[in-house]
Amino acid sequence: MIPAPFDYHRPDTVEAAVKLMADLGDSARVIAGGHSLIPLMKMRMTDIAHLVDLQKIGALKGIAIDGDTVTIGAMTTQQELIGNAALAGAAPIIREAALQIADPQVRYVGTIGGNVANGDPGNDMPGLMQCLDATYHLQGPDGAREIKARDFYEAAYFTARADDEILTAISFQAPAGGQAYVKQKRKTGDYATAAASVIIAKSDGNCSAASIAMTNLSDTPVWCEAAGQALAGSPLGEADVENAVRAMLAVINPQDDNKGPAEFKRHTAAVILRRAIERAASRA
Amino acid sequence: MNEMTPPKTERTAALKGLGSARKRVEDARFTQGKGNYVDDIKLPGMLFGDFVRSPYAHARIKSIDAEKAKALPGVIAVLTAADLAPLKLHWMPTLAGDVQMVLADGKVLFQGQEVAFVVAENRYIAADAVELVEVDYEELPVVVDPFKAEAPDAPVLREDLAGKSEGAHGPRRHHNHIFTWEQGDRDATEKVLASADVVAEEMVYYHRTHPCPLETCGCVASMDKVNGKLTVWGTFQAPHAVRTVASLISGIAEHNIRIISPDIGGGFGNKVGVYPGYICSIVASIVTGVPVKWVEDRMENLMATAFARDYWMKGKISATKDGRITGLWCHVTADHGAFDACADPTKFPAGFFNICTGSYDIPVAYLAVDGVYTNKAPGGVAYRCSFRVTEAAYFIERMIEVLAIRLGMDSAELRAKNFIRKDQFPYHSALGWEYDSGDYHTAWDKALKAVDYEGLRREQAQRLEDFKAGKTRKLIGIGLTHFTEIVGAGPVKNCDILGLGMFDSCEIRIHPTGSAIARLGTISQGQGHATTFAQILASEIGIPADDITVEEGDTDTAPYGLGTYGSRSTPVAGAATAMAGRKIRAKAQMIAAYLLEVHDDDVEWDIDRFAVKGAPERFKTMKEIAFAAYNQAIPGIEPGLEAVSYYDPPNMTYPFGAYICVMEIDVDTGEHEIRQFYALDDCGTRINPMIIEGQVHGGATEGYAIAMGQEIAYDEMGNVKTATLMDFFLPTAWETPHYTTDFTVTPSPHHPIGAKGVGESPNVGSVPAFSNAVHDAFRAFGLTQTHMPHDHWRIWRTAHELGLHG
Ligand SMILES: Cc1cc2nc3c(=O)[nH]c(=O)nc-3n(C[C@H](O)[C@H](O)[C@H](O)COP(=O)(O)OP(=O)(O)OC[C@H]3O[C@@H](n4cnc5c(N)ncnc54)[C@H](O)[C@@H]3O)c2cc1C
Repeated sequence: MIPAPFDYHRPDTVEAAVKLMADLGDSARVIAGGHSLIPLMKMRMTDIAHLVDLQKIGALKGIAIDGDTVTIGAMTTQQELIGNAALAGAAPIIREAALQIADPQVRYVGTIGGNVANGDPGNDMPGLMQCLDATYHLQGPDGAREIKARDFYEAAYFTARADDEILTAISFQAPAGGQAYVKQKRKTGDYATAAASVIIAKSDGNCSAASIAMTNLSDTPVWCEAAGQALAGSPLGEADVENAVRAMLAVINPQDDNKGPAEFKRHTAAVILRRAIERAASRA
Repeated sequence: MNEMTPPKTERTAALKGLGSARKRVEDARFTQGKGNYVDDIKLPGMLFGDFVRSPYAHARIKSIDAEKAKALPGVIAVLTAADLAPLKLHWMPTLAGDVQMVLADGKVLFQGQEVAFVVAENRYIAADAVELVEVDYEELPVVVDPFKAEAPDAPVLREDLAGKSEGAHGPRRHHNHIFTWEQGDRDATEKVLASADVVAEEMVYYHRTHPCPLETCGCVASMDKVNGKLTVWGTFQAPHAVRTVASLISGIAEHNIRIISPDIGGGFGNKVGVYPGYICSIVASIVTGVPVKWVEDRMENLMATAFARDYWMKGKISATKDGRITGLWCHVTADHGAFDACADPTKFPAGFFNICTGSYDIPVAYLAVDGVYTNKAPGGVAYRCSFRVTEAAYFIERMIEVLAIRLGMDSAELRAKNFIRKDQFPYHSALGWEYDSGDYHTAWDKALKAVDYEGLRREQAQRLEDFKAGKTRKLIGIGLTHFTEIVGAGPVKNCDILGLGMFDSCEIRIHPTGSAIARLGTISQGQGHATTFAQILASEIGIPADDITVEEGDTDTAPYGLGTYGSRSTPVAGAATAMAGRKIRAKAQMIAAYLLEVHDDDVEWDIDRFAVKGAPERFKTMKEIAFAAYNQAIPGIEPGLEAVSYYDPPNMTYPFGAYICVMEIDVDTGEHEIRQFYALDDCGTRINPMIIEGQVHGGATEGYAIAMGQEIAYDEMGNVKTATLMDFFLPTAWETPHYTTDFTVTPSPHHPIGAKGVGESPNVGSVPAFSNAVHDAFRAFGLTQTHMPHDHWRIWRTAHELGLHG
């Protein structure tokens, strides 16, 4: 479990980091908390000649809430997400999800930026960010740009981020309504067998809007637009929920693995989604 | 003077002897990170070895090109089978009478097999060099299913055995067959089954898993070319046996080999056998003249170092209509992997699996075990159990449940009806053992009462009704187990390892000022020997446990012993300790009598002293006696106070226990929650209740992992699917159930202090308790048998197949 040799860089500004990435080319990778990247390197499943460490860049850290706009620096750790009271007020689903990631040792080091940039379908934050309709802020040699979380994921480990771009922050509007993150996993420190992010807004007892995203049930996170639409405008009766579940099942594509066969995952995805809808609705 | 003698209770307490919940003396260093493990050993000029391993489960090696690796700066050597062949070290004997490749000789037989050994200046360079060794493989057809291993056209795995129809344990009937081991009376058993009122038949699979100690296996070999001495520090559960085997294999005289087991971070059977890493490190040190370290990583440990279990157990159990068991029949297909490297006593190719009649008075039984080769890692070690005893306990405790279902009977009642009664001990089992002692009914009644068994069954019935009425999606399962172990191998007359009798030893030296050192042939891997053996001695010789150092693991200083596994330390070395202590006391008695100017028979032992009979105010304490032993000439008695005992136990010991697990199961997701786990253990005399409790917690947690998720799984190509801790289930504090421990005490009649051993009971007993709870939850829906591990998807599948998902 020893990685191949690599060079290590530790810039202290975003600009310096971007320049390093551009100069070093293909063989460079940024490292944030390292808790997805280092295991891959140790198993020699990826070949990296240069690591560009973002730890020293203060500008990438912190949580800012301005009115309804929440902005989280890419290098904010998962533990900081859990501990931030203002964030827990604005979007409690983030804390609920972060508490179900790995274990405290990992969460004190792993970052939200690394979690969403990684592109591993097992990561919990990407689906959640799609549910929240978050915006990713990227900085590259040609300057800054924004991209929606819902447009970011292409396939396992393939995202819309160019190799020389750095994710600097994530922003979203504090959601109205009830929220729930429900995850089934085999044990502490395990990726989801199935997980659901659900936000439900209500008015006059009916669901006025809903957003639903699923985790680890395809090679990307799956924002289930039709499932949300199935709930919007409904009284959230049993048939409405089943419509949403059916819409969700139509867009996920789980595979057999050690967590179980695809058939089982489809079943638990439905169970988990029902539970998440119920919980979110009860909080709305 | 007699006013100054503290009361007996106080003097007894001060010794911290038998029964004291004395804190573990080991923990001060372990909890401060001050342990000294193999990987902490750093010697000047030390090199590092690392393996090139096979990516294939079965392949011919067409060529190995190590030139690029050798060219890497810092690489000293790359060893292959060709380099070891002239030394005849490219193969080595296994503990089971088979042979095993040290480095792949022409072909590889399992994924992760050792192909070449790279030696470099540090472990980083070694890891880089491993990548540079080019091996050209030609893939061969793979056998992963043990039932297909013996097909007529199955690929030949062991070409080295071509034409050998006789193996270490009798005839081989197929090129992938290893042995058949038969016990009991086949004809009589089949006759009973044929005419029985009821026969329950089931295939019970105890899946392949792995001991996965926190510290992986490793060693540092150091050949001193000046004095010709080879020193090997290693993760060895049996250091003396390693020394003897190393001498026999290498030709180095045994007095020139020193084996040291430093602190060991868990063994659980994984560290009993001899691995290629040890041989390669020793050869590399001999060749280079400097020390060589090899420490495997987690993936290597899970993929290549000894696995456990993998027994397919077909059972038939017969009974009268009212539930009196009349016979037991069992056939095991044992998947041994590519080499038979089980760590069993030599004459027992399936270990003590013939304890599979369990706690029950079964008049007639028959057992046959067939070992087969497959393209999987070798092993079959006793993962925190006496040899194959966990498999046996799981088998019989499942068969009891299956029979209860056939009979429509409560399985608690069925057990009680068939237990060996207290008055039947010593009990001769149908498969050949003599159970030394037991009182199963007392333990069972206590357990059922403690959990309010009737109340639990009522609650379960109510839950079932609620479930059927659609009010809940959770079922309750109540898992019962009454297990009997056979531990403490063992009598030399029937137990040996490669010809070494399985006695054990203790040597005691009392220092002039009345403290002591005891050395044993065993080696602790977390069991707390330094704590408990001092307690045995404290009670025997009246010196406080705090004043006794216990030392193990260095073959240059410790007396010869067969090591620690199979819960044998307390039954065998613990007995040796007591016996050596009694020798000390016998001499102390003579010294005391001399000092008190009375006849030897006129003094009597009183906790920590000898006193004149009828005149307790005239005494000599052990401290005084010790000093006298060194400072004055006593006619007819040699100076000094030392003793050594080699103990060959007359029988095994038979610890037993009653475990009950209450589990909630979510039929929709397959998730579970352990609501209650009650563990009653009878390990005979209890030396340290706190350590017993700790052992029970640890073993039951391993059992929980095994039953509920832990496995070594292969795909059909022979790839290991569970080689990291992401997929191989080790519970954290979060998953670990809460345990309630309890006990009864039925001392072993033949053990000097009546102790039986406990370290392994909880692993043996908890696996069936957890598994039976899962089965029990679904019993009302017609489930009789499903296989472990009961992870989410398998429980879900059971619910699904029973139609519980609508
Ligand atoms: C035992 C264990 C259990 C885990 N369980 C879970 C779990 O249940 N759920 C879960 O979601 N995660 C889990 N993880 C992963 C963990 O949350 C990681 O910390 C996270 O996935 C990556 O964040 P990081 O900061 O460690 O990123 P790194 O590992 O440093 O980086 C991950 C990838 O993202 C890239 N990257 C990182 N930051 C940026 C950036 N700012 N801009 C561009 N690219 C960037 C890196 O180049 C790399 O490719 C687990 C990890 C471990 C070790």
